[in-house]
Amino acid sequence: MVPLSWYLIVSALLFCIGVFGVLARRNAIAILMSIELMLNAVNLNLIALWRYNFPEYPTGLAFAVFVFVVAAAEAAVGLALIISIYRQRRHVVVEDMDLLKF
Amino acid sequence: MSHEFLNLLPVLMPVPPLIAFFLIVLFTNRVRWLSHTIAVLATVICVVFGVILLTEGWHMGSHDLAHHPVGESTLWLPIDGVSHWFKMGGMMDPLTMGMLFFVPIAIFCIVFYSIGYMGYGTSHVDKYYSRFFAFLSLFAAGMFTLVVADNLLLLFVGWEVMGLCSYLLIGFWYDKNYKDPNQITPRQAAVKAFITTRIGDVLMLLGIAYLYTQAGTLSFSEILRNEEMLHQLAAATVPGLGISVAGLIGLLLFAGTVGKSAQFPLHVWLPDAMEGPTPVSAMIHSAAMVSAGVYMVVRMFPLLSAGWHHNGPPTAPMVAMGLIGAFTALFASTIAVAQNDIKRVLAYSTIAQLGYMIAALGVGAFIAAAFHLVTHAFFKALLFLGSGSVIHGMEHGAHHTHDHDTDAQDMMNMGGLKSKMPWTFWTFLIGGMALSGLPLITAGFWSKDEILAESFTAMIHGEGGMGVLGAWVFILLAVSAALTAFYTMRQIGLTFIGKPRTKLAEHAHESTWTMILPLVILAIFAVAAGWLGIPDDFLGIEWGEINTFHHFVGAALIEHPAGVLFNWIPLLTSILVVGLGLYGGYLVYWQRPVEEGAPDPIVERLGPTHEVLKNKYYFDEFYDKYFIEPTKYVAAKIVYEWMDRKIIDGFLHAVGKGTEAVAHRFRQFDTIVINGGVDWLKDRFLDFAQAIRSFQTGKVQEYLWHSLIMAWAFAVLLVLVLSR
Amino acid sequence: MIYAVFVLFVLMILGGGIGVVTSRNIIRAAAALILSLFGVAGLYVLLEAGFMAAVQILVYIGAIAILIIFTVMMTQRATDPTRLMFNTQWQWSLAVAVVFLLLLVYTLNLVWPFTTSAETVASTGDVTFELGRALMDPEGFVLPFEVASILLLGAMVGALAVARERHDDEEE
Repeated sequence: MVPLSWYLIVSALLFCIGVFGVLARRNAIAILMSIELMLNAVNLNLIALWRYNFPEYPTGLAFAVFVFVVAAAEAAVGLALIISIYRQRRHVVVEDMDLLKF
Repeated sequence: MSHEFLNLLPVLMPVPPLIAFFLIVLFTNRVRWLSHTIAVLATVICVVFGVILLTEGWHMGSHDLAHHPVGESTLWLPIDGVSHWFKMGGMMDPLTMGMLFFVPIAIFCIVFYSIGYMGYGTSHVDKYYSRFFAFLSLFAAGMFTLVVADNLLLLFVGWEVMGLCSYLLIGFWYDKNYKDPNQITPRQAAVKAFITTRIGDVLMLLGIAYLYTQAGTLSFSEILRNEEMLHQLAAATVPGLGISVAGLIGLLLFAGTVGKSAQFPLHVWLPDAMEGPTPVSAMIHSAAMVSAGVYMVVRMFPLLSAGWHHNGPPTAPMVAMGLIGAFTALFASTIAVAQNDIKRVLAYSTIAQLGYMIAALGVGAFIAAAFHLVTHAFFKALLFLGSGSVIHGMEHGAHHTHDHDTDAQDMMNMGGLKSKMPWTFWTFLIGGMALSGLPLITAGFWSKDEILAESFTAMIHGEGGMGVLGAWVFILLAVSAALTAFYTMRQIGLTFIGKPRTKLAEHAHESTWTMILPLVILAIFAVAAGWLGIPDDFLGIEWGEINTFHHFVGAALIEHPAGVLFNWIPLLTSILVVGLGLYGGYLVYWQRPVEEGAPDPIVERLGPTHEVLKNKYYFDEFYDKYFIEPTKYVAAKIVYEWMDRKIIDGFLHAVGKGTEAVAHRFRQFDTIVINGGVDWLKDRFLDFAQAIRSFQTGKVQEYLWHSLIMAWAFAVLLVLVLSR
Repeated sequence: MIYAVFVLFVLMILGGGIGVVTSRNIIRAAAALILSLFGVAGLYVLLEAGFMAAVQILVYIGAIAILIIFTVMMTQRATDPTRLMFNTQWQWSLAVAVVFLLLLVYTLNLVWPFTTSAETVASTGDVTFELGRALMDPEGFVLPFEVASILLLGAMVGALAVARERHDDEEE
């Protein structure tokens, strides 16, 4: 099998791509997509480690299942928020939403 | 009568009037009858105490009493740590007995008289009724303290209390004002009395202090009966002055008497003291205050005459007393002749009589002086109270006729009061005769005669300067006696004889029994008291030891003084001058009484001299110009303006300004440094906050960015730690 | 052989990822996301977690990605005001991401050093069955399972509440 470290590096790369996307994109939806990337990287990490270290227990998988659940819930709510904001402002550029500014 | 109680009695003598004073002042001020009752009761208790003491003293006999005076003293002040104590207490020796013979009864008469005088029960009762009795009680307490004191300091305490009371009582009607600005108001008279006597008091205090430093004690028994001590004091001389220590002390103490007993030149306060109510005049000028002055020098006579032997050359104090006393007697008598106010005549008469007593001491006549003190107290009190009765009658007349402008005290406004006020007339006559020295039947005769006899003896037999001094005293006193008789007849004539000269006199009537009773009592004493002092060898006949006074009081001295041998000359002189004076007065004022509206007959007879006499030789004006005005000037210009305002206030203002300047600097420091510092700090905080503010941009991505940085930093740290 | 498949899938993942973050066009970004998700599913298969691969495709691609596309459709305008793709601080973000990556790699290397040799690994057994049983087992994960369902319920209600149309007479 492929060495574990490869999987981990991949997930690290994916994660960092996601980080960059979250910090740098203007469009709110793009940010959400980047967050999905990050979550996927985490899940990949989890399952890789499960497979190589504790394959006989379903614990790793269960964890990953719950990550799926949370990711889904979060995506749903986030997108609902974006729609709501769009209705108010007619655009979803995150940089312009600084109402909590000092 | 237990021994302890007897010994306590002298100490207790001042207590009843003192308690009366406090009770009246604190509690009974509103209740008139209670106030006067308390006051009278206190004096009655004193009379009782006096009688008990007198009886006891009589039983003991004069010699025993002199060696073992009845009394009690207590340790008072520790001196030099606790090794030596100053003792204070009361005592009665033969001389005190003489005083206690007249003081309680005279005070009682005066207090009792005041009930009627202050108008109790009438419509015009005095508005300060109770206060009067309070002050009289305090005065009595002071007098008793002085009389029973067994040391000079306690005597001085009583002396000063009486000084205070004379101020309070002379100025009793403090709100009385006159239209004539030159007429002295009661307030001013009170201040005048106080200040004038103060001059004497200061010198006396110096004498007391000096005596204490020289003798180490002020107790009478340790000084006056101590031969060794007296010799020492007489022998030592004061460096610088040519007199002995005893002489200087004596002169200083005598100065106190000059003030208190109104001798020349400090006599000016006494006539103006007439502004007080009449009982006050009686109190001050007969029974109490002026007698205190004479009593003090009589008491201190052994010291004043230390080094003197009978008929020997006089000591310095004796010279002073003889000169001043006799001069004052004549001086005051001349003024009395030209006075129209009934009380003023009596005032000057008092000054003159005191001069008699002091002159007597000057020639060494210790007992004669004491004797005259006693008799004078009686008849002078009688005369003053009598004049008060006259004034009351006149004021009743003023009320009746609604004439309040005519002076009720001016004798020229009186006349014919003999029929209107008979009791007053007869008692006044008795007093007047006693004052003049009507032979044999009045007390004044016996005492005056003794003084003349002593001075005559001194004149004839005296050595050194005593002869001259004796002559001075004898002649001046004789002339003064003539004048005394004259002005007394004048006074009685103008007041009682003839027809009333004004409506006031017409409508006068006799006073109440509360005023008449004391007059009668005093009149009896004015006659009878003299018989205690009839010389043993009167008229050359040996009557035996009838001179009770002489024998008793004489024991107070270490060396019992021998009486003077009887001599016809002083007796005849005395009768002659009295006769001349009385007859002269009779001729001018009785035979042809002064008519209504007519002037005083002597005015034209004396011419310009009369004016001088009437104005008391312009002494008040002299003092005013040369003493009072300069003092006022110094007070106003130098002490007040210069010292007080420029120097002291200037210093204070400078301190104030300096403090202000310092405070100003502090304020500046506070504002700039402290406030500034804090403000600077605040501004830096604000700047910092402003700087930090920029973190809160409201942009989510930036927040994430920041948290990522932090996480990254933390991770680096962790890694570094882990890799170790 | 496995290596090649692995590399293929990795390329899909990373390519898709880069596509997501660098596409100007949101639709294109969504498509890239789908590609990336497919790659991840493939890796799951390689890791013998077939169930997970299936769930990935069903949930992530079939639900979430579709949802994203819906939202894109709803929030796009004809005249898009922002032709800009990145915000003002994207350089810093890049730097941070790179540094973070380096850090992660370094740390991973400490524990699981990079090798190219193959690893042998134990077999798994009936993984799906075991997972199913564990999720229902009271001594297993039934509680988190139930809580997760409540979470989904909450999310559903919340999303509805936030996103529904509001009429004029209603309050916000």
